[in-house]
Amino acid sequence: MTEQNTKTITPKANRATLRGRPELYTEYARDQALLNTASKKLWTGVLVAFTLLLPFLLGRDLVGLLTLVFIYAIGGIGLNLVTGYAGQVSLGHAFFVGLGAYTSMFFGGAPSMTLRGLELDMLIWLPMAGIVPMLVGLLVAPLAARVRGLYLAILTLGLVFVGEHLFREARTITGGPQVGRRGAIPEVLGFNFYENQEILGFALRREQIFYFFCFALLVVMGVLARNLARSRMGRAFAAVRDRDIAAEVMGVPLLRTKVIAFGVSSFYAGIAGGLLPVAVGAINPERFNLLFSVEFLAIILIGGVATISGSIIGAAFIVLLPRLVQVTAPYLPLIGEVVSVEIAQRMLFGALIVVFLVLEPRGIYGMWLRMRNYWKAWPFSY
Amino acid sequence: MAMIRPLSEALTGTTVEVPAGQPILEVKDLALRFGGTTAVGGVSFDVKPGELFSIIGPNGAGKTSIFNCISGVYRPQEGSIDFLGDSLLGVRPDAVAGRGIARMFQNIELFDNLTVLDNLMLGRHQHLDYGSFAGMLYVGKAKRIELENRRIVEDVIDFLEIEMFRKFPVGMLPYGVKKRVELGRALCMEPKLLLLDEPVAGMNVEETEDMARFILDIRQELGLAMIMVEHDMGLVMDLADRIMVLDFGKRISIGDPESVQNDPAVIKAYLGEGDEGEADGEDLGARTEALATEEVSS
Repeated sequence: MTEQNTKTITPKANRATLRGRPELYTEYARDQALLNTASKKLWTGVLVAFTLLLPFLLGRDLVGLLTLVFIYAIGGIGLNLVTGYAGQVSLGHAFFVGLGAYTSMFFGGAPSMTLRGLELDMLIWLPMAGIVPMLVGLLVAPLAARVRGLYLAILTLGLVFVGEHLFREARTITGGPQVGRRGAIPEVLGFNFYENQEILGFALRREQIFYFFCFALLVVMGVLARNLARSRMGRAFAAVRDRDIAAEVMGVPLLRTKVIAFGVSSFYAGIAGGLLPVAVGAINPERFNLLFSVEFLAIILIGGVATISGSIIGAAFIVLLPRLVQVTAPYLPLIGEVVSVEIAQRMLFGALIVVFLVLEPRGIYGMWLRMRNYWKAWPFSY
Repeated sequence: MAMIRPLSEALTGTTVEVPAGQPILEVKDLALRFGGTTAVGGVSFDVKPGELFSIIGPNGAGKTSIFNCISGVYRPQEGSIDFLGDSLLGVRPDAVAGRGIARMFQNIELFDNLTVLDNLMLGRHQHLDYGSFAGMLYVGKAKRIELENRRIVEDVIDFLEIEMFRKFPVGMLPYGVKKRVELGRALCMEPKLLLLDEPVAGMNVEETEDMARFILDIRQELGLAMIMVEHDMGLVMDLADRIMVLDFGKRISIGDPESVQNDPAVIKAYLGEGDEGEADGEDLGARTEALATEEVSS
């Protein structure tokens, strides 16, 4: 095609060419866009609108639970970046979440006789809740980058034990075991995101306001993570995961890439940690144990490894599952008679991890992809 | 709408400037040992600008080990490797890539879960001049650089005729296409020296001819210096400017294809001494045949 010809394609003619050909792209920019098809745009819009409507339709406890989904999703995205994308299995995610939680309490919490707190604005304590774990992550990463696979899992497991001990002993910051501490005050320039407020004539409950805040933050951090994943560093993560020596020969520095993966992941974990105590009211240092790390692993395994949307789906699944079991328990046999609801929840949690690992390693997101491809090809099976 | 550019316009960084008569790569007395085993024992050679230099030899002769020494994966105990006048000893693989050496692997080393596009974009990794944070925002500079490099990648895709596979995960592709993608990934690095480790291993005649055509086109369009390790004698004899023959980590012959073919040391290494050697091993037999045919025809 000559220079002359390229200029004669007017936008109008272009539109005519594109009609009925949703996957014909005439520009690389359009092809590389996050929402590169009309149906993606439509359904993302519908989903966002629905999510924004939900707090007006649901009860207070459910709104609180969904807020928790958003917070777990932010943490899950963090773990997915380091474990799903960069392939560095981390069992230490709970430690970084905890570190974020206590950083937020130190900078943003109210002081008392026994507790230290600086009562700073959320504009300061929320970024700090991400930055402090990130710095610790950057310190630990060069060590962690020396080992891989199972050894890395054990090394990061060590972090959780160190963290548990530190959190239990640092009573002036964490409140100590079995006592715990309330979350930092989510106040930005005098506007409290966890207080009943009147906005533009609408009386909003504090759960609703915090729901919107966490949702907005999830959207922003989700998009940032997605952009990271599709740009230079994200591709380097995947290269290191798939074949580290080939990645190095292609010009990807191994150590630097792994360190960045740990740093970004810890930042996300820390932000989730800063918000978590606000949403649940108060938190004990025992919360940040191995089981908590495993919960995050379950989020990415069940949701979908190396996908951002998968992390969100997985978070919804893991947070809502206990509630689902609780609600349906009266109608199910055995539960409540043979096993208690709580044990049924745990058994189901464990069973799901096994089932997904064996049957659908790509998680719910993978199931969705297969379903979509099936209907795209329908009625042909290939 | 982007037009198809010739490769020489898409990849402009492949030209080298060395004083006339100087080699672009100079390897001297290279020795690599693993414990008591000598993989490479004092090998010297040089590669001139624009030259297609081929290394042949029986399995285990140390061909791939030399590649691994050049690209920084192994560290040789003795000898020197100078690329464009600078030593490559002790330079990390990613820095070697940065100096302009790209490589195609013997056993395909593509990133299986990524698409063809992403694999090729990984070849551009060191040419993407923006930071992780800019990547997270994906606006302005980062977006512009991504699009510019996407276009270069698309030019390479056009060149290798793999348009229909660009959005396929590489793990799903057939073997011959994977090899082509690997060549593409190395090309996208915009190298000054290209290492090809058995580019046609396991390919049928058509695929081999395609690959030979790509190699010739790359030479013609980019004037790229290449080192090729290959067992397909027909391909080596047809394409190479000079050939080095290795056996048990030692250089037994070096020169143009004709002189190497007639070198008694080479014939001895491949065919063995006397008539008994010819019956030795099936693997040897196949290669013997290739060389024998070559000799008859020339």
